[in-house]
Amino acid sequence: MASSFIHPSLLLIVGALLLPFIQGPLRKPYLFFVPVLALGAVVLNTSLAGNFAIVSFLDWQLVFGRVDKLSTVFALIMALMTVIGTLYGLHVDRAGEHMAAWLYAAGSLGTIYSGDYISLFFFWEMMAFASVFLIWFRRGKQSLRVGYRYLLIHTIGGIILLAGILLRYQAVGNITFDLMDVAHPELYTWLIMIGFGLNAAMVPLHSWLPDAYSEASFNGAVFMCALTTKTAVYVLARSCAGMDILVVLGVIMALYGVIYAVMENDIRKLLAWSIVSQVGYMVAGIGIGTDLAINGAVAHAVVHILYKSLLFMGTGSVLYMTGKTKFTELGGLYSKMPATFIFTIIGCLSISAAPCFAAYVSKSMIITAGFESHLNWASWLLMFGATGTFMYNGLKLPYFLFFGTNNCNEETWQKAGDPTWNMMIAMTLGATLCVLVGMAPGFLYAMLPHAMAYTPFTAYHLVETLQLLGFAALAFFLLKKYVEPVDRICLDIDWLYRKAGQGFLWLVKGPLQWCDAAWGEAYRVVGLSSLMTVSRFWSWFDWHAIDGVVDGIARSVRALGGKVRVLQSGQIQLTLYYAFSLAAILLVTFIFFRLL
Amino acid sequence: MTNLIASLQAHLKTVVVVCFVLLGLIAGSSLLVDTHHAHTWVEQNLPFFWSFFGFCAAAVIIGVARWLGRSGIQASIDFYDDPNSTPCEEE
Repeated sequence: MASSFIHPSLLLIVGALLLPFIQGPLRKPYLFFVPVLALGAVVLNTSLAGNFAIVSFLDWQLVFGRVDKLSTVFALIMALMTVIGTLYGLHVDRAGEHMAAWLYAAGSLGTIYSGDYISLFFFWEMMAFASVFLIWFRRGKQSLRVGYRYLLIHTIGGIILLAGILLRYQAVGNITFDLMDVAHPELYTWLIMIGFGLNAAMVPLHSWLPDAYSEASFNGAVFMCALTTKTAVYVLARSCAGMDILVVLGVIMALYGVIYAVMENDIRKLLAWSIVSQVGYMVAGIGIGTDLAINGAVAHAVVHILYKSLLFMGTGSVLYMTGKTKFTELGGLYSKMPATFIFTIIGCLSISAAPCFAAYVSKSMIITAGFESHLNWASWLLMFGATGTFMYNGLKLPYFLFFGTNNCNEETWQKAGDPTWNMMIAMTLGATLCVLVGMAPGFLYAMLPHAMAYTPFTAYHLVETLQLLGFAALAFFLLKKYVEPVDRICLDIDWLYRKAGQGFLWLVKGPLQWCDAAWGEAYRVVGLSSLMTVSRFWSWFDWHAIDGVVDGIARSVRALGGKVRVLQSGQIQLTLYYAFSLAAILLVTFIFFRLL
Repeated sequence: MTNLIASLQAHLKTVVVVCFVLLGLIAGSSLLVDTHHAHTWVEQNLPFFWSFFGFCAAAVIIGVARWLGRSGIQASIDFYDDPNSTPCEEE
C-alpha cells in the first residue's frame, strides 16, 4: 500500500531538471506530458488515506505523503492548475520559465502533502524561491526590483515561520504538522500563524501581492494567482481552524481589497487586489472554524483558483497581445478580442457569485456559517464586500476594458486580437470548469473535508443574489463617472517599507557617506600627522636609546673581548701563570677578610 | 457576438428600459419568495431588503474609494521613481 503513493512534486522536479535537454519538436508534447503525469499521480493518490513516503532524518520522521480529504482536494486543484497554466504558456520558448513554474507547483504540492513542519518548510521556501523567477522573467522596467522586494518579504515570512516551528518543537517535542491549540495560543502559535498569514496576504502583510502579481510574466501570473495564497489557505485550515482573530483579519482583507480594487487603474493589479479580498473570505471561514465554514473556505479556494486563473488568463492575453495593462491605455476591445471577452466575462460572473457560476456555490457557505455561528457582523460585512466584488470585478473590469472609452493608441489597437490556440484552449478549459462547478457542484462538495447537506440552489438564495447584483449594477451605472480609472498609483502599506528603504539609502549615501569622508579627512590631517610624529620619536628612541644600550653593551663586550683576547697567547705556561696568580690573589683576599 | 453587442449599443434606450423592467421583476419576486430560512429579522421583514442593501453597499464603496483616492491614496505614477536609477529594458 505504502509503495503506491506517487509524489507529484518528484515528477515535476525531475521533469523540470530534464526540460532543458528536451529540444525541438519534442518540447511541446513534453511540456504537456509532465503536468498531466503529475495530475495523474494526484488522481491515483486519491484512493489512499494515511501517511506515506516516511523518511527518517536525524531524530525525526519526515512525512512527505499525508493523504486525507483536505490534502487531496487541494492537491487535485493545484495539479489541475499546473496543467492549465502550462498549456496557457505552451508557446513560451524559455525553458527556465517553465522550470520555475513547475518547481513552484512542486513546492505547493509538497507543502500540501507534508505531514511535518520540516518537509513543509522546505517546500514552503521552494515556492518562494521558484516563483520569484516568474516575476524576473517578465523583464520589465520594474521586474528586478519587484522580484527582490517579493523575495525579501517572503524571506522575512519564512524566518518568522521557522522561529515558530523551533519554539513549537522546544515546547511540544515533535514536528507533526497538525491542528494547533488555537484556544490557548502560545508565542509559537502566533508566529506560525503570521508566517502562514503572510503568504495568504493577510492585511497588513499583503502588499507584496499586488506589487508582484501585476509585474509577473503573462503566464507566470496564472500560476502565482493560484498557488501561493491558496497553499497558505490550506496550511491555515490545517493548523489554525477556529482561531478567532482570523475572522477579524479575513473581514478586513475582504473589504480592504475591494476598496483598493475600485481605485486601481492596472487590470492585473485590480485582480491582485481581488485575491486579497477573496482570500479574506477563506481566512474568515477558517476563523469561524465550523464544518460548514471550513468546507466553505476549501470550496471557495478551489473555485477561486478556477475563476481567478481564468481572469488572469484573460487579462494576460490582453497584456500578451497589446503590451498594455492600464485601463487608461485600453478600452473598447470587445470587437478586437471577442473570445477573450467571453472568457473574461465568465470569470467575472464566476467571481461575482452570479447564479450558475463558480463562486455562487461556495461564498454563501462561508456567509451562512457566519450567521449560524452568531457572527452576524462578519457575515454582513462579507455580504457588503461581495457587493463590492461584483462592482469592481463584474462591472468595472469588463466595462472599462472591453467597452467604455477607447483609450488605445493606433499601435495598441492594431496589435489587439485573440491570442494563440494554446491560450484559447487553456481559457476554454478554465471557463468550462467555472460553469460546470457553478451548475453542478455535487462533485466538488463530495471532495470537501467534512460531510454536509448544503444546497445553494434555493429560491431565496437566487432572489437574494439577483437583487444584490442587479441593484449594485444600477448604482454602478449611475455613479460610474466616480470610478472612472485615472492614471495614478495607489499608495499602500508598502509605502512604509519602500520609503524606509529609500530613507536608508539616503542615510547611507548622504550623512553616513559624509561622516565616512570627514572621518577619513580628519584621520589624514590629524591622525596620520600625529602618527608620523610619534613614529619619528620612536624611531629616534629606537636608534638612540634602545639601539644605544644594545649597541653599547655590544661595544663593551667587544672591547672586553679585545682585552681578554691579548691574554690568550696560546702558551700553556702563561695561561697557568695567570690562573695561579688569580687563584693566589683570591686566596690571599679570602684569608685577609677572614682574619679581619 | 460583436454584431449583437453593436446592435444593443445602437438601441441603448430600449436596453435601459428592459434592464429597469428586469430590476422591477427581481425586486418584485422578493415579495413572493419564502423568507423563513433567512438568517436575520431584517431579511424576513423588510421588503426589497437585498435590493436596498446592494444599491447602498455599491454607492458607499464608490464613495469611500473616491474619498480615499482624493485624500492622497492615489498618487502620481512616478511617486516611487528614483531619478538616479537605470531600469532595464522590457522585452
